[in-house]
Amino acid sequence: MFEIPDDRKYLESHEWTTTEGDAVRIGISDFAQDELGDVVFVELPAEGDELAAGEEFGVVESIKAVSDLYAPISGTVTAVNEELFDAPELLNDDPYGDGWMLELEPADESEFDDLLSPEEYREQTE
Amino acid sequence: MGLRKPPLYDVHADAGATFTEFGGWDMPVEYDSIKAEHAAVRESVGIFDVSHMSELEVSGPDATALMQRLTTNDVTALEPGDSQYSAIVNDEGVIIDDTVVYRLPDRDERVYLFIPNAGHDEEMYDRWTSFRDDWDLDATVEDVTEDWAMFAVQGPDALDSVTDAAPDAALGDLSKFQATFADVVGVECWVARTGYTGEDGFEVLCPWDDAETVWSALDATPCGLGSRDTLRLEMGYLLSGQDFDPETEPRTPYEAGIGFVVKLDTEFVGRDALERQHEAGVDETFVGFALLDRGVPRHGYDIATPDGEVIGVVTSGTMSPTLSEPIGLGYVPVEYADDETEISILVRGREKRAVIVTPPFIN
Repeated sequence: MFEIPDDRKYLESHEWTTTEGDAVRIGISDFAQDELGDVVFVELPAEGDELAAGEEFGVVESIKAVSDLYAPISGTVTAVNEELFDAPELLNDDPYGDGWMLELEPADESEFDDLLSPEEYREQTE
Repeated sequence: MGLRKPPLYDVHADAGATFTEFGGWDMPVEYDSIKAEHAAVRESVGIFDVSHMSELEVSGPDATALMQRLTTNDVTALEPGDSQYSAIVNDEGVIIDDTVVYRLPDRDERVYLFIPNAGHDEEMYDRWTSFRDDWDLDATVEDVTEDWAMFAVQGPDALDSVTDAAPDAALGDLSKFQATFADVVGVECWVARTGYTGEDGFEVLCPWDDAETVWSALDATPCGLGSRDTLRLEMGYLLSGQDFDPETEPRTPYEAGIGFVVKLDTEFVGRDALERQHEAGVDETFVGFALLDRGVPRHGYDIATPDGEVIGVVTSGTMSPTLSEPIGLGYVPVEYADDETEISILVRGREKRAVIVTPPFIN
């Protein structure tokens, strides 16, 4: 069974969001990291970049696969987890904690309504 | 048509393996972690189920003549229990497949067992029997792919693992590329000091129905095709169907860097074309490279000059688990093939700096 914490929302393409003060933190799910296997490379946008909901914002690569990353909501990038560049294995070890990818200042709070609840995401992965 | 399954498919599934299609077979790609499996082989010992490899046996009075004329190496150099790496090429000298040819103990006449890659058994059976008939040779060709399971036990501790399972066989006396029939936990197996990882190791062919007995007696970390690929890539070994392929990547042994398996003083299909290329020299050659920028080179990415002019294509690439650096293989014009030559790799349209490195990438 894969961990799907109740304190966040999910995208069909396996990204998660959680609110950290004014910012929205984004990463990929436990299910996604397990499917990928050993992650060896992550490419992320820069601070200040504007993302639109559904837009490709980066790439995560394991030894066996390349997977695009999609923005769950629109917003401006306010922080990037640069530790992932030197230690991409954090995505395998702690996908909901130290393996976070970036933080956004959300442009439109109503977009959260389009995301999957933990229950809905769990159904998708089963 | 469904995928072919190795005899231990259920054993691998119970061990938590994930599977991938390869050469028409459904094979374990990884048990837990490609990196951990890779490290087991480099540091201790791993075991791979490679029962998807093809096996053909050739016997009869003209077995030697048939093998000699359909492979590029010199099979007459083989004593019983010897083996050699070789190429199977067409009339133009283009590699159809690479293979290891074993000479088995004689049965009145010489007997050969050769191992083409996964999914090539039917094609090679047809090739061998049709040339045999055209040349009117007296040889028996059998596709024994599903008579033999095959396991590769690889790593610095491989000798300990196989010796524990076959204590009476003196397998440590085998030189590289030598093989013998040996009793492995009561099962007669063909055990060869060969492999595809760059480490010491053995390949064990055992009867299909005894696969579980032998597999469970060999104490080593189970490894899937994922780490098999990263291990061979660090050595610069060719992968059939990817680093060469008669349809998508037609290459001669000289271009592919395995000219040492071509013996022009023997008679074989494709010899004249290869002799011409040997005299004229090749225009393009197989190289390794290391990426200096962040990224992962992959099959099909373009190789370019530092100015962005496309000069070749990546045939294999990965993040080296041993080095934690991105490495790759591919073909470039010979003038770009020297060590340290600066090139670039186009990763999703973006240029990444790289330099030519002659494999192996590790010591």
